[in-house]
Amino acid sequence: MSIHTAKRSRPLSPNVQIYRPQLTSVLSILNRITGVAVSGGAVALVIWLVTAAAGPQAYDVLQGAIASWIGQVVLFGTTFAFFLHLCGGIRHLVWDTVHGFELRSIYISGWVVVAASIVLTSAAWVISFLMKG
Amino acid sequence: MRSSLARAIGLGSAREGVGPWWAERISAVALIPLTLWFAASIIAHTGSDYTTFVAWLRTPLVATLMILLVAAVFHHTALGLQVVIEDYVHSGAKFAAVIAVRLGCLALAIAGFVATLRIAFSG
Repeated sequence: MSIHTAKRSRPLSPNVQIYRPQLTSVLSILNRITGVAVSGGAVALVIWLVTAAAGPQAYDVLQGAIASWIGQVVLFGTTFAFFLHLCGGIRHLVWDTVHGFELRSIYISGWVVVAASIVLTSAAWVISFLMKG
Repeated sequence: MRSSLARAIGLGSAREGVGPWWAERISAVALIPLTLWFAASIIAHTGSDYTTFVAWLRTPLVATLMILLVAAVFHHTALGLQVVIEDYVHSGAKFAAVIAVRLGCLALAIAGFVATLRIAFSG
């Protein structure tokens, strides 16, 4: 009898697909998604160091891959994911000190994270472009 | 001088309690200056050739910071990915996935150390 009870589909509590996306929930899941994305960047960091240690030929091959349009798109995405995770992470560290939990503070810090990530990503690419000359 | 209750609170059934939670935060704080230093350095080296880049990486301060960056990155990545796996993977694959992430992060960190040291101590 207990087996039949377990197999019957039970009503589920409302989940993410029911609720309208809000800044709070979107930033929450983005912090996790960007964390996973930046893990890919961490793997790239090691590949980059290993090719540099292997010598100029291997390093040039990697530089060529990064300079390709797909490499630049991935690098741009990783840059934005990194800054969003960095700013979102600092927001979490502030929360860990039991500060900024009022609804108004949460929305202000949320929009600051979005704005800072866009500004930092843009600044990084503009300065890098200017450095190239 | 602590009561039995005070000693037990926060330890959990595994007796390790909040250890990984703290480790994730401490590595996060370390990563703020380290990643910003790295990002600024990479931007400053846009268009640099191999020789210039290796000469930069060979200086003791840069090699030290690079090893600290790799260590903090993979410590934080292993902790973060483990939480993600534990939240979404509920089958028997959970244990295998956590082990794979931990060993993978350890291997990548060691590869990063060896590569950095090889550049730092070469010729």
